[in-house]
Amino acid sequence: MISEIWALTIREVKKWIREPILVFMMIIQPVIWLGLFGQAFNLTGLVQIPLSNLPPEITQQIGVIFNQTIGSIFGGTLDYFTYMAAGMLSVVILFTSMFSGMSVVWDRRFGFLNKLLVAPIARGSIVMAKVTSSVIRGLFQVALVFSIAFAFGLKAGNAFNVLDLLGVFAGLFLLSLGLSSFFIALTIRIKSWEAHMAVINLLNLPLMFASSALFPINMMPDWLQSIAKVNPISYASDLVRAFILHSSSVGLDVSRIALNFEVLIAFAVIFSFIGIVLAERGLRKG
Amino acid sequence: MAIIETKDLTKVFGKLIAVDHVSFAVEEGEIFGFLGPNGAGKTTTINMLTTLMNPTEGSAKVAGFDIVKDANKVRSLIGLVPQDLTVDEDLTGMENMMLQAMLYHVPKDVAKKRIEEVLRLVELEDAANRKVETYSGGMRKRLELAEGLIHYPKILFLDEPTLGLDVQTRTVIWDYIKKLKEERGMTIFMTTHYMEEADALCNRIAIIDYGKIRALGKPKELKDGIGGDVIELALFDNSKDFSEAIAKMPYVIDVKRKSETYKIKVAKGEEALPNIIEGILKMNLKVSTVSLIKPTLDQVYLEYTGRSLRENEGNREEVMRMMRNIRRARQ
Repeated sequence: MISEIWALTIREVKKWIREPILVFMMIIQPVIWLGLFGQAFNLTGLVQIPLSNLPPEITQQIGVIFNQTIGSIFGGTLDYFTYMAAGMLSVVILFTSMFSGMSVVWDRRFGFLNKLLVAPIARGSIVMAKVTSSVIRGLFQVALVFSIAFAFGLKAGNAFNVLDLLGVFAGLFLLSLGLSSFFIALTIRIKSWEAHMAVINLLNLPLMFASSALFPINMMPDWLQSIAKVNPISYASDLVRAFILHSSSVGLDVSRIALNFEVLIAFAVIFSFIGIVLAERGLRKG
Repeated sequence: MAIIETKDLTKVFGKLIAVDHVSFAVEEGEIFGFLGPNGAGKTTTINMLTTLMNPTEGSAKVAGFDIVKDANKVRSLIGLVPQDLTVDEDLTGMENMMLQAMLYHVPKDVAKKRIEEVLRLVELEDAANRKVETYSGGMRKRLELAEGLIHYPKILFLDEPTLGLDVQTRTVIWDYIKKLKEERGMTIFMTTHYMEEADALCNRIAIIDYGKIRALGKPKELKDGIGGDVIELALFDNSKDFSEAIAKMPYVIDVKRKSETYKIKVAKGEEALPNIIEGILKMNLKVSTVSLIKPTLDQVYLEYTGRSLRENEGNREEVMRMMRNIRRARQ
């Protein structure tokens, strides 16, 4: 089964690498996200504009106080950009994962799926190969966004190290595994890409906003909080922040990290299992 | 020995009975043709035999294994060259073959040799490292055929192997199919609606319409079944009707004279023709023109399926796929 998944994953990755526009979009998209969204919502910047006619020392003083206030709201992060960039990594995973089902739709349309279905391979490996390639793509884009975020001014804690970085990727790997499986399971019987787009468009924004990726949960109304608290993206964002803010003064919040990992592992295991089970029943002709 | 055996095989889609209690057997090593109009149930039957669909009712054994219970065993013993072009355009021919080999668990070193061999068979070895996007329709179909052979299947299913191809490519594909049967003893199950293709290749054919088998037999038997050969003959002497005299000759079944031409229905046309000419010469008459008309499979086909056009309920997806296939095939 591993060799089947491997062979099919290689196919997906080859197809992806050979489409230069896809790789280009993949680099340009997060730049736009971080640049426009991250900087435009940077509240520190917003406040500074009306105060610009004051002497610079006072503006700076107000800026510092404001940043501290914001910092207490955003849980220790000094600026919104760092807060958002950390959450954006999970959003990037969401956006790459939601297309995992799309290639099943295309393979079905072009008849390639039939070729796989007459081959003596487990149906689960067809789905797992799609999931694996979606995870690879997602993590690749995360690596890009992360480096771009650093260039744009993400401020990591002073003790942030390679192990923390691995922790970030491990968490996002689990999120990607779960979300890719979830989206494949959801759209496995869909035959047209229009219908597929409708389904993922319905889900992507609610999933993004009803999470702690862009705003802290405790600033949300109660009903939204209850959704955000079961959204795996909240846990992944929180996990990533816990690692990024690793500073020598505070240290790692181990219990927070452990809780987030537990939730993400459960999410990934349950949904990949559902994906494989549905593949056996849902992947058929017609 | 029967290598494919179906018993009351049935597939129902909603209200439509696509395949209706079909029972037949395919012998090992033969080329078996499945003929029928669009929507007659050909592809649905192939889909069931290749485990892509489960039958609603009835059962079938392929290479000794049940198509539902032992689906994976069936899959490892058969090859399918589908109607759709399913090779991946973004990969090279070689990469497509390698992927196929891995899906059929052919070890890498064995796969390399076999790929070389089957690519040579379909004459694609020079194009192997080019992306499939650059292939012509005929090349794609040949690659598709090569993929179906990579694991040395016992049975090869060909669904409309020459649809939309030019005459040259079609002839070449016919040659491959014959070679596979003769050199490897492979059993081939093919669907087509080109009658001359069925006639040239198939040992036996089944004509299916409205989900039922209307006729099954050797092409010659089927042709004989609808009336046999006709000799059309004209004499220099048109003053008298010689029908009665001709009717008494051996092999002759029936004679009709129509505006100075005799239409003579005979049993074995090739043997009857010299006999009849000799008989006429013995009557001191001279033949001005003569021709032997043998029934074609087209006639057999129309006899069993009728002449009405089929306005099947299609769906958008199917029509689009067909158009896309034809477009790709013509590239």
